Amino acid sequence: MTWSDLIWLAPEIVVALGASWLVLAPFVMRGSGVGAAKWQMLAILAVAGGVLVWASNTVTGMEQSSMFRAMFVLDGFAVFFKLLFVGAIALIVLLSEDFLREARYSPWEYFSLMAFALCGMMFMVSGVHLISIWIGLELLSLSSYVLAGYFKDEAVSTEAAMKYFILGTISSAILLYGMSLIYGVTGSLALMDISRTLSGLLSNDVLVFGIILLAAGLSFKVAAVPFHVWTPDVYVGAPTPVTAFLSTASKAAAFAIFARIFYMGLSEFHLDWSGVIAGIAALSMIVGNLAAITQDNVKRMIAWSSIGHAGYALLGILAMSEAGLIAIVVYMVVYVFATMGIWALVLMLRRREYAGESVADFAGLHARAPLWAFAMVVFLLSLGGIPPTAGFIGKYYLFLAAVGAGYAWLAVIAVLMSAVSMFYYFRLVVAMYLRDDPGAELVGGGSIRLVAAACLLITLGLGVAPQPMLEEVGRSLQSLIAVTLR
Amino acid sequence: MGLYSGEFPILSLITYIPLAGAIVLLMFPKENTGAIRTWATAVAAIDLALALPLWWHFERGADAPLFQFWERASWIDALGVQYLFAVDGIALILVLLTVLIGLIAIYSSYSAITTRQKEYYVLMLFLQTGMIGVFCALDFFLFYVFWEVMLVPMYFLIGVWGGPRRLYASIKFFIYTLTGSVLMLLSILALWFFNSGGIPFFGIAGLGNESTFAVLQYHEIGHLIPPDLQFWIFIGFFLAFAIKVPMFPFHTWLPDAHVEAPTAGSVILAAILLKMGTYGFVRFSLPILPDATHQLTIPVVVLAIIGIIYGALVSLVQKDMKRLVAYSSVSHLGFVMLGMFALNPMGVSGSVLQMINHGISTGALFLLVGIIYERRHTRMIADYGGLAKVMPVYATFFLIAALSSMGLPALNGFVGEFTILLGAVNRNIWWGVAAAIGIVLGAAYLLWLYQRVFWGPLDNPDNRDLVDVRLFGREGWTLIPLVALMIWIGVYPKPMFDLLEKPVTYIIEKANPGYYAAGRLPPYPAPPAAPAGSEAHARVAGEAAQ
Repeated sequence: MTWSDLIWLAPEIVVALGASWLVLAPFVMRGSGVGAAKWQMLAILAVAGGVLVWASNTVTGMEQSSMFRAMFVLDGFAVFFKLLFVGAIALIVLLSEDFLREARYSPWEYFSLMAFALCGMMFMVSGVHLISIWIGLELLSLSSYVLAGYFKDEAVSTEAAMKYFILGTISSAILLYGMSLIYGVTGSLALMDISRTLSGLLSNDVLVFGIILLAAGLSFKVAAVPFHVWTPDVYVGAPTPVTAFLSTASKAAAFAIFARIFYMGLSEFHLDWSGVIAGIAALSMIVGNLAAITQDNVKRMIAWSSIGHAGYALLGILAMSEAGLIAIVVYMVVYVFATMGIWALVLMLRRREYAGESVADFAGLHARAPLWAFAMVVFLLSLGGIPPTAGFIGKYYLFLAAVGAGYAWLAVIAVLMSAVSMFYYFRLVVAMYLRDDPGAELVGGGSIRLVAAACLLITLGLGVAPQPMLEEVGRSLQSLIAVTLR
Repeated sequence: MGLYSGEFPILSLITYIPLAGAIVLLMFPKENTGAIRTWATAVAAIDLALALPLWWHFERGADAPLFQFWERASWIDALGVQYLFAVDGIALILVLLTVLIGLIAIYSSYSAITTRQKEYYVLMLFLQTGMIGVFCALDFFLFYVFWEVMLVPMYFLIGVWGGPRRLYASIKFFIYTLTGSVLMLLSILALWFFNSGGIPFFGIAGLGNESTFAVLQYHEIGHLIPPDLQFWIFIGFFLAFAIKVPMFPFHTWLPDAHVEAPTAGSVILAAILLKMGTYGFVRFSLPILPDATHQLTIPVVVLAIIGIIYGALVSLVQKDMKRLVAYSSVSHLGFVMLGMFALNPMGVSGSVLQMINHGISTGALFLLVGIIYERRHTRMIADYGGLAKVMPVYATFFLIAALSSMGLPALNGFVGEFTILLGAVNRNIWWGVAAAIGIVLGAAYLLWLYQRVFWGPLDNPDNRDLVDVRLFGREGWTLIPLVALMIWIGVYPKPMFDLLEKPVTYIIEKANPGYYAAGRLPPYPAPPAAPAGSEAHARVAGEAAQ
């Protein structure tokens, strides 16, 4: 490794230094309120974003030392996701402000953990080596466990953290075991080496077992059935901004590495693992969407629906095609902003010191806040994949990829389940527009409204004029497609 | 007239004026309901005024292009999605019907809608944009967007301003239609793959054409699709359209939605939304999937005949007027489907004409039921009797609408049903027999309804003081245009048939290529093989030979 290699790592270094600073800041600085912490966090994110753009431009044409190249790349795929993470975390920071003001816990530690999680996410999407991916994933996971339990005095929050921690650790162990089996067969942990070795193998039971364990571990991270049981409890128990983080940025990151590992390393054994992934995808879509129907708690409903969405997105991995890869990336963008918007709405409502967690809290919202009720409808339509919202473009690509790869039956399940999903999404619409009983109080501050407005604009904008985003995604994926789908 | 010269995007203008009107309407103060209503009506009226000249500017000559008023623009290049707008004779009539019914629906809501008026008119205008767009779009993706977009305002119209069971009815409508349309999306995808790369996993080789969603391209390559694939694609389209029509086993959403919807909602549902299903069959299923159409003719016709007779029988026993009219739609749309699947010019043109007729007559019937409901707040037939004595004008309107709906000569329904019968008998005498039974039953339930409501003694004291409809009042004006159309189409349907001749011939040539080859000549020179919009796809013919 040489000094110039640091340019590749510059964004992560900035975020890591920023995260460390946030821990120290309250002891060094005078003003230690939520506002100061928020602005410093946003400044760190802005710098990280700038450095990321600079680094990604600088490294083109530069020579990376060979050791490092096998571990860490800064290709279009990675840059795209890193920018998405930085943007998503910025929105979550804005969402967290009110919550931190009301809670007695330190905002500095909270933002610091958030920054460390971001660092992990950014690191892992660049990883092209199972170990570097795993290190990033663990940094993300450990920060997430603590964040999920951030309401130290609340039993549900602690329970959520405990559940998340235990199940998460087990899944990490499963992941590691899968990696070790793959290493045992291929003799390498670098994805390109694995891919090369696999192309010379006809079949190998140990390898397939390793791949399945790997898929199981990753399925836990993206919350796919049958590795989903932690999701509803953790989403409900964790503080709502943390839930927003887990269901958007963290999920997108998990999907990014899922795609990276399977497209880059394991595409040769597609036929051996596709059955398992197809089963997981089908189960996730069916169980997630059916279970969401009866939920009265919005956080729980979105948790189950996010399980269903994991199932849809898995179609993109299953397809093993250019369309599939585009589909995953597009779907993650679309999903992150629609879900973030829903969390903003949930945080805007307040009933007895709690966020608007139950469906009844949304009752009559159209009269009190017509714009936000409309925004909520747009987010829900987007999650359901109804044009002209961004969700339709995302779903469209996924179905295209699934049909193109010969998974018509999964596409049929997917479209039927998205019709089912509209049924429970519309329970919120019914509450907002068709019921007049008083719902929860509308208290959200300016920053939450800003997030909701931004998500609304993005969700509608990407739905009506998706061309720029699709072009950008296409450009970003070129290098990855070139090395994987030869 | 630059507006209609073909250079100016007149169809887009007509489509988006209601949307723009709705956005402006959002800025109106909520309390000023008078201004809101006037504005919504004005927007719909301007839309109608702009759309009407299309009727005269649409070229009809033998060498006039099939699709006119083209608009082409690129929209999402990454997917090959274009913004393609154009109308042929069928779409033109449906667009005109839509703008007319839209105006009438808005105008008829003045007294019926008393709560949340601003939102109501915003949604009505928004819905209008979606409906016009569906008929104008000639790109599958664009079509699908309009098709889905329209669901949301309709959901709210039923859900917010509907009757007591509105929550159930609205979500049932939404989920039913959505389920159908997402399956259609898969069919569209399968078509897209066939046109471009193919689906190697299913052993389907594609044509390797440039990826496109242009509908006319698929009209050209449709017959190249292997029959097995056609079958599945047809099923996907069929579910979407059959639910919308609705055909017999998929009709259960319709009585609920119709009964619970406010009057204007029922009018739009019956007059326009149901036509989207039949329009879908004419525009997509028949011309693109000829083999599957032939293969599935018998099942579809059986369902259509069951619909005709079942709908009529169920109408016969209804106690609620609105429910009766709703079920009569199932019967009438059965006729439309029967005529269409006769796959001969009489059948198809009768079927298209009957779409319009049903829109006019059933729209009028729903308006009339709404008028009496506003006065008495009941729709039970048993609550009425002898109304002709107190409401002669109303009774006359009702009589004309009912007669038109049952197909009395000199009114529009007769022309449509007669043409469909001709087509059906031409294909198979038993189809005609079944349809004739439906006509008899139709006369039975409508006349019996009329007898129970308007004749007999005026024995319910609540009905004594009913105020009649003023002929030239607001209610009268919502009905006069419809009655005028009933008489015009009934007495002189030639302009309609002239307009339909060319598109119908085109569809028969695509869907039933053997028809004209068997010695029957098209009534005018065949349309050019590659209609506008498919210049870039010259490879088709070459591939066909292989």
